[in-house]
Amino acid sequence: MSSGEATLTASDGRALVLNKVPVWRQRKSMANYIALLPYVFFALFPFYIMFITSIKSDREINNLGQSPFWATGVATENYAYLATNTGYFEHWMLNTFIVTVASTIISVTIGTLAAYALARLRFRGVEIFGVAVFISYLVPQTLLFLPLIDVINTIDDYVPIRDTYWSLILTYPTFLIPFVTWLLLGYFKTIPVEVEECAYLDGCSRLGALCRVVLPMAMPGIMCAVLFSATLCWNELLYSLVFIQDETAKTLSVGVITELIRGDIYYWGSLMAACFTAALPIILVFAFFMDYFVSGLTAGAIK
Amino acid sequence: MAEIILRDLWKFYDDVEAVRGINLDIAHNEFIALVGPSGCGKTTTLRMIAGLEDITAGIIEVGDRIINDVPPKDRDIAMVFQNYALYPHMSVYQNMSFGLKLRKTPKDEIERRVRAAADILNIGELLERRPKQLSGGQRQRVAMGRAIVRDPQVFLFDEPLSNLDAKLRVQMRTEIKKIHQRVKTTVVYVTHDQVEAMTLADRIVVMNEGIIEQVGTPEEMYDAPQTLFVASFIGSPSMNFLPCQVEAENGGLAIRLTDNLSFAAPPDRGDRYSPYIGKPMLFGIRPEHISDKRPHTEPTHLDFTSDVVVLEPMGIDTMVFINVGETEITTRSRPRAVSQVGEPMDFTIDMAHMHLIDPESEKVV
Repeated sequence: MSSGEATLTASDGRALVLNKVPVWRQRKSMANYIALLPYVFFALFPFYIMFITSIKSDREINNLGQSPFWATGVATENYAYLATNTGYFEHWMLNTFIVTVASTIISVTIGTLAAYALARLRFRGVEIFGVAVFISYLVPQTLLFLPLIDVINTIDDYVPIRDTYWSLILTYPTFLIPFVTWLLLGYFKTIPVEVEECAYLDGCSRLGALCRVVLPMAMPGIMCAVLFSATLCWNELLYSLVFIQDETAKTLSVGVITELIRGDIYYWGSLMAACFTAALPIILVFAFFMDYFVSGLTAGAIK
Repeated sequence: MAEIILRDLWKFYDDVEAVRGINLDIAHNEFIALVGPSGCGKTTTLRMIAGLEDITAGIIEVGDRIINDVPPKDRDIAMVFQNYALYPHMSVYQNMSFGLKLRKTPKDEIERRVRAAADILNIGELLERRPKQLSGGQRQRVAMGRAIVRDPQVFLFDEPLSNLDAKLRVQMRTEIKKIHQRVKTTVVYVTHDQVEAMTLADRIVVMNEGIIEQVGTPEEMYDAPQTLFVASFIGSPSMNFLPCQVEAENGGLAIRLTDNLSFAAPPDRGDRYSPYIGKPMLFGIRPEHISDKRPHTEPTHLDFTSDVVVLEPMGIDTMVFINVGETEITTRSRPRAVSQVGEPMDFTIDMAHMHLIDPESEKVV
C-alpha cells in the first residue's frame, strides 16, 4: 500500500476512504502533551540557563541592564579559559572518568554476584542479609565519610593512596555495591528459575548457568545498574572533596567549585561552561541507552 | 535408555512432608504418568529424579547407578518444563544445541541431530527465530526438541501441556505419543489431568498427599481402582458414590441404596462382600454403566426408573442427572432415549462394574 493513498477496496470493488482520526482522540493526545509541558520546562530550564550563560562574554554577564535569559552573541572565551587556565580537561575530566569506570566495574561485579546469591541461594539468614544490604544503602554518606577518613589514612601508611583517585576508587563502592545489589536483587527474582534449572540439566554448573544463561537474561538490569552507578560516581562530591586536595588529582565536581569560585567571587561564565561540559557525557550515555534503561527499570528495579 | 528405581523416597520441606516414602520401579523405555491433585508430591518426585531437589531420605537409581549425590548436569536427564523455560536470548537452533555444545559434541553432529529433531517436531523453518517470536505451541515443540536432541537416558515432563489451549493440548498429546513411539526412551510424565495420563502412559501412578495410591495400566486404573481416591480421580465425568448397605437376599447379596431401591450384587462377589453385611458402605458406579433402558440378558444388568433432574447434551451422549435418595448422580444415555426434565425415565444399571468401598479404610473391597 502506498503511503497516504487510500488503496483499500471494498468487497464490491469501490475504493474505500480511510477513516479520519476522531476529534476526541486528537483532543486527548493534545491534552497529554500539554500536561507534559510544565515538566519539560522545569527539567530543561537549568540546562538552558547553563548553556546560555556559558556562551556569554563576562561583560555581558555582568551587565545588569540586560536580560539573563538570552545572549546577544556567541563567545568562546569561557571554554578557552577552562582549557588553558585550569586542569579541567587534562586532569579533572580524566580523573573523573578513571574513577567512574573503575568504581563501576568493581561495584557491578561484586553487586551482581551478591544479588544473585541473595536471590537464588537458600541459606540461613538470607532474608536478614538482604535487609542488611538495604539498610547499609540507607546510611548517609555524610556520616560514613568520617570513619572512611580513618580507613584511608591507615591504608595510606602502607600504600600511598591519599590525594589520588585510588582513594575514591576504594570508597565509592561503599555506597555503590549496596545500591547495585539492591537493584539487581529485584531483577534476578523476575528471571524464571526454571530457565536456570534447565541449564543445569543441559549440563551447566551453577557458575556456567550464571554466565551463559542468567547474566544474558539480566542484561537490561545490569545495564541499568551500570548507568546508575556511573552517574552517581560522575556526580559525587563529598568523598572527593574530603579525600583530594591536590589540584591535579581533583575530580570534576570538586575542581569546579574550588577553582572557579574564589571566596565570594563566582566566575559565572567559566563555571557554567564547566557544568555544561560535565553534564554532556551523562546526557549522551542516557540518550543512547534509553531503551535498555526503561526496560531495566520496569522489569526489575521497581519490583 | 535406562530403568529408574525409587526406594523409600522421602522429602521434607521444613515441617511439610511433601513425599512420604514412595517405592516405584520404572522399566526401560516405559512411559510412566505421575498423576494426582495439586500438592500431592508428583512434581517434587520428578524434581528429585532430575536433581533439582535434595532427597531427604531414600534412594534413586537410574540405570544401575545411584544418583542421589550426582549433580543434575551429570545425570543425563532431559526435562520439559511447564512454562517451557526456553533461553530467551538464544535462537531456536541455539536453544536446541546448547546441551550438545556443553558436552563438546562435534559441530556437524550437532547440526545433524538438531535438523533431525526439528524434522520430527515440524519446526525446521523456525530454527533462526527467537523464542519470543514463537506461538505457545511452537515454544512447546522447541522445549521438546531441546530434550530430544540430547538423546538422554530419561525424559522428564512437568505438566508440559497445561499452558496450551484445549485444542492444541489434544494435538500435542498425540504428538508426544508419536514421539515416544519413534524416540524410544524412559519417560516420567507429571500431570494433574487424568485424561492425559490415561491416553499417554503405559502405566499410571496415582499420588495423593505424598504417597502412591495405586500403580497400574490405564485399564486397571479404570476397571479396578483400589482406593476411593483413585476411583474418584480416574474417569471423566467421575464415578458416582452412594451410601449403601449390603443385605442377604434370596441366597445371594443385595446392595440397598434407599428404602425402596436395591440391586442384586453380582453373584461371583458373594465371598468378597459377605463380611460387610449390615455395615454402612459406599457404592460406586461410573456414569457410563447406568444407561437408558436397553434389552439385555446378563443377570448383572438390572432396570429401574427415576425422574430426570438435569440434562447435559454432550453430542454423542447425554448426561442425565437423577436423584437417588438424597444424592444426585450422573448417568450416560443415548441422546434420543432421554426423557424431558421432571419426567420419569427407565434406566439399566450394569452391576458387574460396581465397586464397594469401606468408608473407614477408603479401600475398595
